[in-house]
Amino acid sequence: MKYNIALIGNPNVGKSTVFNALTGMHQHTGNWPGKTVSLASGIFEYNKNTYEMYDLPGTYSLISHSEEERIARDAIMYDKHDCVVVVCDATCLERNLNLVLQILEITDDVVVCINLLDEAKKKKIDIDFNLLEKKLGVPVVGCTARSKKNLDKLLKKIDEVSTKKVKETPTKIRYKRVIEEGIKELIEVIKPLNKTKIETRFIAIKLLDDNEEIREDLYKFLKIKNRKKIENMVKKIRVKLLDSDIKIDELKDEIVKSIVLKSEEIASSTVTFNNKDYLKRQTKLDKILTSKLTGIPIMLLLLIVVFYITIIGANYPSDLLFDFFSSLEEPLISIFNYLHFPEFLTNVIVLGAYKTLTWVVSVMLPPMAIFFPLFTILEDSGYLPRIAFNLDKCFKKCNACGKQALTMCMGFGCNAVGVTGCRIIDSKRERLIAILTNNFVPCNGRFPTIIAIITMFFVGFSKEANLLKVLFLTGVILLGIFTTLFVSNILSRTILKGEPSSFTLELPPYRKPQYLKVIIRSILDRTLRVLSRAVIVAIPTGIIIYLFANININDTSILLHLSNFLDPFANIIGLDGVILLAFILGFPANEIVVPIIIMSYLSTGVMTDFTSLIELKQLLVNNGWTITTAICTILFSLMHWPCSTTCLTIKKETGSLKWTMLSILIPTVCGFTLCFITKILFSIF
Amino acid sequence: MIEYTLDKVKIADTVILKKLNNTGSIRRRLLDIGFIPGTKIENVLTAPFKDPTLYRIRGTLIAIRNSDAKNIVVEECYEI
Repeated sequence: MKYNIALIGNPNVGKSTVFNALTGMHQHTGNWPGKTVSLASGIFEYNKNTYEMYDLPGTYSLISHSEEERIARDAIMYDKHDCVVVVCDATCLERNLNLVLQILEITDDVVVCINLLDEAKKKKIDIDFNLLEKKLGVPVVGCTARSKKNLDKLLKKIDEVSTKKVKETPTKIRYKRVIEEGIKELIEVIKPLNKTKIETRFIAIKLLDDNEEIREDLYKFLKIKNRKKIENMVKKIRVKLLDSDIKIDELKDEIVKSIVLKSEEIASSTVTFNNKDYLKRQTKLDKILTSKLTGIPIMLLLLIVVFYITIIGANYPSDLLFDFFSSLEEPLISIFNYLHFPEFLTNVIVLGAYKTLTWVVSVMLPPMAIFFPLFTILEDSGYLPRIAFNLDKCFKKCNACGKQALTMCMGFGCNAVGVTGCRIIDSKRERLIAILTNNFVPCNGRFPTIIAIITMFFVGFSKEANLLKVLFLTGVILLGIFTTLFVSNILSRTILKGEPSSFTLELPPYRKPQYLKVIIRSILDRTLRVLSRAVIVAIPTGIIIYLFANININDTSILLHLSNFLDPFANIIGLDGVILLAFILGFPANEIVVPIIIMSYLSTGVMTDFTSLIELKQLLVNNGWTITTAICTILFSLMHWPCSTTCLTIKKETGSLKWTMLSILIPTVCGFTLCFITKILFSIF
Repeated sequence: MIEYTLDKVKIADTVILKKLNNTGSIRRRLLDIGFIPGTKIENVLTAPFKDPTLYRIRGTLIAIRNSDAKNIVVEECYEI
């Protein structure tokens, strides 16, 4: 038999870890709320049955404030599942029980999985599982998903509930007497009409509540055509509630209050805290990382350290790969010659595809392979939400949301991921601002390019130059961040007008990252995925560029025609036609911008080959690069249209062509303006 | 009993929530994470630029902007 399992839980309780452990999949995990933003599903087998498990976005409640909460609620209410697994954090059970109780109102087939037992143990928190199970009336399993402890027990319970081997007697929340009377009356009307799996009591509560969206969805789902009877009853009950001084707004409050108090009651009788020192340690750490005096300097320092390690660490392997691939070029040509390949074809493959590909691998791979794990360690430790906390005031001043800082952090890895991550921002207006400006953070496909140009033109090739390089790069990134704030501010005063909305930000407890696991996972999942995309694009682009450069029309190559055509525009902003063309052709992946530039120059014949950055600089200088060109290229790399993947993601997230076009237009206009000003300034001095 | 609002609470002080005057979605959110009358709230620290402030409530750390904290009525807590 095949069964459907829904996996739900508060944000940041290790839901994805449970999911990965059960399904053997590698859904990305991270220590901050809102990691899982889209539905993932995986399959596992147990006891001769097949289970398909859906990983729902993390949510505090099912009353729905944000997109991900709505997705989670709809999935629990309307999707068919044989068992709902609610993952809870053992270290703050009380708040997690909130969600458990809400789910128990909808369905009986629930298994409660109390995760992070190892952390609870460290904090000396004891949980009485038997009593908890008795109080909740559904199976409760404690486990540590990270080390796969007790997962077999969880599987067994899932199996038992799905196959109906156990009869649950879930606890229901009791509301104030008048409310209960109203619910009872409404149940009698709805009961004969409810042919679904949803509890009638829950439907009654939701219909009494004043949420139009849920009400309409429910009517549709229940296939109720004649609403008159129900609506009359609802009206009658509301009048009665008003007589007892409960207004419609207060009804909601009453419902939430009852749930919170019930959670408090259950938690206080089943959980014992034996150590108060733990909290002090966490607070001490927060006093250092987020305080007035040290918060911002440490943040900058961390940024610098991360990039320092990335640059230093990438230098050597990058050179090594570069030499290795270059040394293969000659033998490769020999082999093709030996096989009697036509010379033109050999050149297309070696000078076109091979050269572009090896540049992407040798220049892009090492920084990525170092940056991603470092970033994942920061993510795992719980530091990233602290950045949002530190910087919220800046975003508030721009009428935006502090959580935007979190989405920008993700943008360093990949802007498409950053754009998807914007779902953690509740306000639609503020989410759009974050989406439209995410591209101002240089992603992994761009900062190696920026580093290479900085090395060649500003700090030189000596070993001592590394720190200078990092400071330079940090400056470029700060410029990106400043532009983000500046543009956000303009947006929220013009087309996305509005006041900063209220928000709450949860700061998760610091956790010790699982270093080894992080490194392996981030290299396999993130680095290779991003790199393979670049490689897939690099090969055909390399071939096309080579063809463009070597097929002549009227004695001039197609490439030259194109770059000559672009030259006048490009010159205005301090670039040349080739560079601008490279950015245009680099639309599918930013990683290939520099190799396109190189190939274009090589094919125009000033120099035939290069084997190191020093020679590359010579190539660029021979083709007219000056300090101004270098600066403008860096600026344009920081600010131009998002790559195709990011554009598609923006279209998907906003569902609108207008916003997608704007997300292309805004950074491009900024880039053009800034490059133009730079060019003017440099030609004056 | 002296009543004041959450944004006036000093760092490291603990108070008891009396009433929420917030409206709209922030009110629901606050209720969801346990901001109901009678709950203890501790001011843990303030962000580098003096806003938002970090509070400990029901064992978790929640940051709230001062403009929202202004609408949360609290009273002094004698037993901690």
